[in-house]
Amino acid sequence: MALTETSAAQQRPAAPAAPKPPKRKRSGAGYWLYLLPGALLFLVVIGGPLIATVYLSLTKWSGIGDPTFIGFDNYTRLFQDEVFWQSFKNTVAMIIAMVVVPTLAGLVLASVLFDVIGRKFKPRTASALRAAFYLPQVLPVVVAGIVWGWILRPDGAFNGLLDVIGLGALRHDWLGDPDTALPSVMGVMIWVQIGYPVVVFMAALQRVDPELHEAAEVDGANWWHRFRAITLPQIRPETFVVALTCTIAALKVFGPVFALTRGGPENATNVPSYFAYYTFFKKLQVGYGSAISTVLTLIIIIVAAVFIYLQYRNERQDREV
Amino acid sequence: MAVTTIPARPPASRDRHRRGKSRWIVLAVVTIAALVMLVPFVFMLLNAFKSPGDYSTGGPLSWPSEFYTKGLSNYWNQVNFPLKLWNSLLIAGSVAVLGVVVSLLNAYALGIGRVKGRLWIVGLFLLANMLPQEALIYPLYYAAKQVGLYNTQLSVIIIFTVIQSAFGTYLLASVLSTFPKSVLEAASLDGAGKWTVLWRVIFPNLRPTLAVLLIFFFIWTWNEFLIPLVMLIDNSTQTIPVALASLQGDRLMDAPTTNAGALISLIPAVLFFIIFQRTLSRGITAGAEK
Repeated sequence: MALTETSAAQQRPAAPAAPKPPKRKRSGAGYWLYLLPGALLFLVVIGGPLIATVYLSLTKWSGIGDPTFIGFDNYTRLFQDEVFWQSFKNTVAMIIAMVVVPTLAGLVLASVLFDVIGRKFKPRTASALRAAFYLPQVLPVVVAGIVWGWILRPDGAFNGLLDVIGLGALRHDWLGDPDTALPSVMGVMIWVQIGYPVVVFMAALQRVDPELHEAAEVDGANWWHRFRAITLPQIRPETFVVALTCTIAALKVFGPVFALTRGGPENATNVPSYFAYYTFFKKLQVGYGSAISTVLTLIIIIVAAVFIYLQYRNERQDREV
Repeated sequence: MAVTTIPARPPASRDRHRRGKSRWIVLAVVTIAALVMLVPFVFMLLNAFKSPGDYSTGGPLSWPSEFYTKGLSNYWNQVNFPLKLWNSLLIAGSVAVLGVVVSLLNAYALGIGRVKGRLWIVGLFLLANMLPQEALIYPLYYAAKQVGLYNTQLSVIIIFTVIQSAFGTYLLASVLSTFPKSVLEAASLDGAGKWTVLWRVIFPNLRPTLAVLLIFFFIWTWNEFLIPLVMLIDNSTQTIPVALASLQGDRLMDAPTTNAGALISLIPAVLFFIIFQRTLSRGITAGAEK
C-alpha cells in the first residue's frame, strides 16, 4: 500500500504546471489523501495484528515477558492434537447446519413463498411468513444461544414438550450428552440461519422475469420443472453469495457455541474459533492459540478463493454460451 | 428452457384448477414451518413472567399462575440494564457513523480517484472482511492494555470501525466505479475541488446506499460478541449480549430470570428491525434501480 502512496505522491508536483488537456490523466493524484485515514487505521487494527499473530504462532508465550521463538513446534503439536482434529470435524457439521441445509431449504421455501403463496394468495401472507423465518436472524446470536441453552436443559422446555406429547421416555440432557450435543447445536444453527437465504432468495426472485414462468406454465411445466429450469439458473449469483458468506460464517462460528456448550461436553461441540479463544485466554498459551488462528485464517482464505474462482468460471461459461 | 408460447389453453386451466386445492396444502405446510420457527419465542415469553417456584412446580410449559414481573426487574437491576443499553448504543452508533465515513473516504479514493494498485487494495479490504477475529484478537488485546484502551468502549469502537469499513469500502468502491463520468466532469468544470465534489455531488447521490450501510453496521456491531467479550470486562463498559452471557456463565440465573434477561435483551434488536425495515427495503430498491 505504501508503494501506491509514494508513486501517487511523486506525480503530484508536476500537476499544477500542466495545461488543461492532460488534466484527466493526473486526476488520480491527490485522491490518495482520502485513503490515508482508512489505510492507517487498517494497518493498526488489521494488518499489524494479523502479522503479529502469524509471528506469535512461531513462539511460546504466556502473554507476560518476551515470546520465545520455537519455529514450527506449535504446528507439529497442532497436527497431533486430537482436539484440533475434533474441532475441524465439528466445523464440517457446522457447514452442514449453516450452509447446506439452510441454502437448500431456503431455495425451496423462498420459491414456494414467492410463486405459490405470493401469487395465489395475498402478498401480505408471503411477507408475514417470511418475517417469521427471518426473526431469529434479528436477535443477537448469543441471546438465541442462551434461550436455546435453556430449552434444551434437562428441566427445559424441550423435555417438557416431549412429556406433553407422550414421548416422555425420550427425555434427555440434550446438550450434556456428548452423543446428542453436536446434533442439538446443529439444529439450533439451522433455526438461526434459515431466514438469511429465504430473504436473499426472495429478493432475487423478484429479478426473474415473470413471463418466463407464465410461458412455462402455459407449456404445462409443473412447479418442480419450473424451479429447476428457470428459478435455479436465474438466481445462481445470489446462491453463490449466500453459500460463500454462510460457509465463512460457519468456519468462524463462536458466539452460539460459547453460549450453548462452551465447546463441551468432552469437546463434542468444540470449534476452531472457540478452541483458539480458550487457548488464548483460559490456558494462556498465546503461541499455540496463534497457530490455531493462523491455520483457520489460511483455510478461510483458501475456501474463499475456491468459491470466487468457481463463480468466475461459471460467469465466463455463461457468457460463452 | 426452450419456451414457446403455444396457445395451449385447456391443459393450463386444468392444471390451475388442480393447484387450486394443492395451494392450500402448500400454505398449511409453510405456515406450520413458520410457527415452529416461532415456538422458542413463545417458550421464552411464557417463562419470562413466571416465578421460580411456579417454574419448579408447573414446569416449563405450564401457564403462569400469576403475572410475575420480578424476574424482569431482577435482571434489569442485577446487570444495570440502562447502562448496558447505553454502552451498546454508544458503540454501535459510533461505529455505524464512523464506519460509513471511513468507507466513503476510502471508496472515493479507490472508485473515483482510481489510485494506483486499487485492485490490490480492494482485494485486501475484502480479505480483511473475511478474517476470523481470532487472528487479530490477541495482539489487539495486548496493544489495548499497553496504551490504556483496555476495558474502554473506545477500543471496541475503533476496532469495529475498521472491520466494518473493510466491507463498506469494498461495496462502495464498486458502486462508485460506475459513477457517471459526465457528472464529475461537469462539477470540475464548475471549479469544484475534490472535497466539494465528494460532499456536494457524490454524497447526495449515494445517500440511499449509505443509509443501508449505516443500518447494517449498527446491527452487526450491536450483535458482535467475541471482541466485546475480550475487551470489556467491567460491568460499566459491557454490552447487552456480553452482560447476558457472563451472567449466564456465572450460573446465577434460574430459568425465569434467564428468559426475562433474554426477553429484555432482544427487545432493542427487534425494535431496530421494525424501525429500519422500511428504510432497508427502500434503500435496497434504490440501489437496484441503478
